[in-house]
Amino acid sequence: MRKYFTRKILIYLLTFFLAVTIDWMIPRFMPGDPITNMLTRFSVNTNAIEVMHDYYTKNFGLDLPVWKQYLSFWSNLFQGDLGISIYLFPKPVTEVIMNAVPYDVALLLPAIVLSWLAGNHFGAFAARSKWLDNTISPLGYILTATPYMWLGILLAWFFGIILGIFPIAGAYSYSLSPTWSWQFVLDVLHHWFLPFVSLFIVQFGGWAIGMRNLIIYELESDYSHYLEALGAPRSLVRKYAFNNAILPQLTGLALQLGVIVAGALVTEVVFSYPGIGYLLLAAIQNQDYFLIQGCFLFIIIGVLLSNFIIDIVYVLFDPRTRKGMTGETA
Amino acid sequence: MNDNIKTTKKEKNRNEFLYFAFRNRKLQIGLIIILFFLILAIFGPFMTDHKIYAYANPTGPTPPNSEYWFGTTFFGQDVFTQVVHGLRSTFVVGILGGGIGTLIGIIIGFTAGYTGGVLDEILNAFTNIVLVIPTLAVLLIIAAYLDVRSLFTESVFIGLTAWPWVARAVRSQTFSLRSREFVDLARLSAVKPIKIIFSEIAPNMMSYLVMSFILQFGGAILNAATLDFIGLGPTNAISLGMVMQYAVQWGALQFGMWWWFVPPGLAITAIVGALYSMNVGLDEVFNPKLRET
Repeated sequence: MRKYFTRKILIYLLTFFLAVTIDWMIPRFMPGDPITNMLTRFSVNTNAIEVMHDYYTKNFGLDLPVWKQYLSFWSNLFQGDLGISIYLFPKPVTEVIMNAVPYDVALLLPAIVLSWLAGNHFGAFAARSKWLDNTISPLGYILTATPYMWLGILLAWFFGIILGIFPIAGAYSYSLSPTWSWQFVLDVLHHWFLPFVSLFIVQFGGWAIGMRNLIIYELESDYSHYLEALGAPRSLVRKYAFNNAILPQLTGLALQLGVIVAGALVTEVVFSYPGIGYLLLAAIQNQDYFLIQGCFLFIIIGVLLSNFIIDIVYVLFDPRTRKGMTGETA
Repeated sequence: MNDNIKTTKKEKNRNEFLYFAFRNRKLQIGLIIILFFLILAIFGPFMTDHKIYAYANPTGPTPPNSEYWFGTTFFGQDVFTQVVHGLRSTFVVGILGGGIGTLIGIIIGFTAGYTGGVLDEILNAFTNIVLVIPTLAVLLIIAAYLDVRSLFTESVFIGLTAWPWVARAVRSQTFSLRSREFVDLARLSAVKPIKIIFSEIAPNMMSYLVMSFILQFGGAILNAATLDFIGLGPTNAISLGMVMQYAVQWGALQFGMWWWFVPPGLAITAIVGALYSMNVGLDEVFNPKLRET
C-alpha cells in the first residue's frame, strides 16, 4: 500500500511541476507580446496601466536571467500570489478564484458522485436484459456524444424559457442577498438544479454503458461460470461481477475528470453560473492573462486532488492494494 | 506456390471482413450519418449565396423558411451558411487533430512497448503525467496567448494533447505481441526493429489502431467545440462551437430563437454519436466473440 501511494504521489508531484512550468513558459515563449496587448487594450484606465506596468516589469522580470524568473514564479506561487486581475481590478487573482471555487465544488461534486453511482447501478441492471439493453445502449451512446454545453442550452431553453419553471442565469436571484434564510437557500438550490442536471445526464450515459459492457465481460469469465456451475443464485454471481467491474470504472472516473471539468466550465458559461468556467470566459474576453493563468492552476490542482481522493477510495474498494499485492499499477 | 496460398488467404480474410462489415447495423448507420454530414460539409457552402457573417436578412431574426433554411440569427445572418461552414471546420479538426493524436500515440506506444527497459519507464511515466493534466486547461492557456488562431493550429494543439490514451493502449498491445513466436522468429532473422514493428506487430493490431483513430476523431471534435464555446475558437474560420457561443451570448435563449442553437449542437452530437456507433460496430466485426447472433 505504501508503494502504491508513493508511486501515485510521485506522479502527481511531477504533474504539478510540469503544469506550473507550462503555466510559466507559455506567456514567455509564445509569439506576440501579451503585455503590450494587454496594456494597449486597457489604455483607458491610466491608473490601472501604471500599476500594471510596474507589476509586469516586476513579475515577468524580463531583465533577470530566465532561471531567476522561473524561481521567483515558484516563490510567488507558494505565497499564494498569482497576480492581480485586470477584469476585476484591483482584486488579487487568488481572491477572485477563491470566490468562484465553492460554486464549482457545489456543482461538480454531487454531479460526479451521483452520476457515477447511479450510472453504474443502472448499467449493471440493464446488462443482459434484452429490452433494456436495446433502448438504453443507443441512448447512452447518444448522451456521451452530446457536447455538455448543448445539453445545457437545450435544458435551459426547455425548462427555463418554454416552461419557465427554472431560472437560467446566476447562482441566486439578484433581488436577494446571501443570508442563511430558507428563502435564500431554496433560491440557490433552484438556480443550482439545471446546471447540475445537465452535468449529471451526460456523465450518466457514459457510466451506464461502461458498466453494462464490463458486467457482460465479467459474466463471461471463468469465476462466473464456476459459480453458476456450483448452483449459486443469479444475484450472487451478479454481485461478484459488479464488485469486479467497479474497479475499472473507478480508474475510468479518475481518467475522465479532466473531461468532466471541461464540461462543467462550458455548462457554467451557458447558465452564467459564477464558477471558474464563467470567470474564465470573462477573463478571455477581457484578455485578463493573470486570471487565465490562475484558473489554469486551480483546475490542475483540483483535478490532482480529486485523483488522489479516488486513489484512496480505490484502496477501500480493492483489497489487493491494501495487502501489498499489485492491484492497480498505472 | 507459397506466395499464392498467402494471397488467397489474405483475400479470404478481407472478404470475410467486408462481409461482416457490410452486414453490421451499427457500422452502417454510423457510416451513413458521417457520409451525410461530410457531403453537406463539402457541398453545403456552394448551396448558399450568403457570406458567413453577412447580414443576409434585413429584418433580423426569422425562423426557418424556404429562403433561409435554418432561419437567421439576431443580426440576420444565415444560420445554414454558418452551420455548413462550421461542419467543414469540424471535419478538419477531427481528421487533423485526431490523426495527429493517433500518430503520436502510436509512435510513443510502439517505442515504449517494443524497446522496454528504462526508455519504457520514462515514456510510460510521461504518458501517465500528461494523462492526468486536464487537456482542455492546457489547450485554453495556449489558445489564450495566441493572437491569431487558425483552424490548423487549433487542430495541431488538440492532437498534441490527446495522444496519451492511444499511447497507453498501443503500448500494452505491443507488450503482449512482442513476446510471440513470430516476432521472435523475425528477430532471430535479424530483421530491423522498425521493420518488425511495421510488418509483424502493427498488422496484428490494425483493428485497434483504426478504432483509436475513430475515438480520437470524436474526442478532437468535442474538445474543439468546448474550446470554441469558451471563446477561444479559430479567428480565421467559423465552427459549430462558435455558432453556439454566439447564440448564447446574443440571447438566443431568452428570445426563444431555437433554430440558432439546435442545428450546430445536433450536428456535433450526430457526428460524434455516429463515430461511437462505428467504433462499436467495428469492434464487433473484428472481434467475433462480440458479434450478435
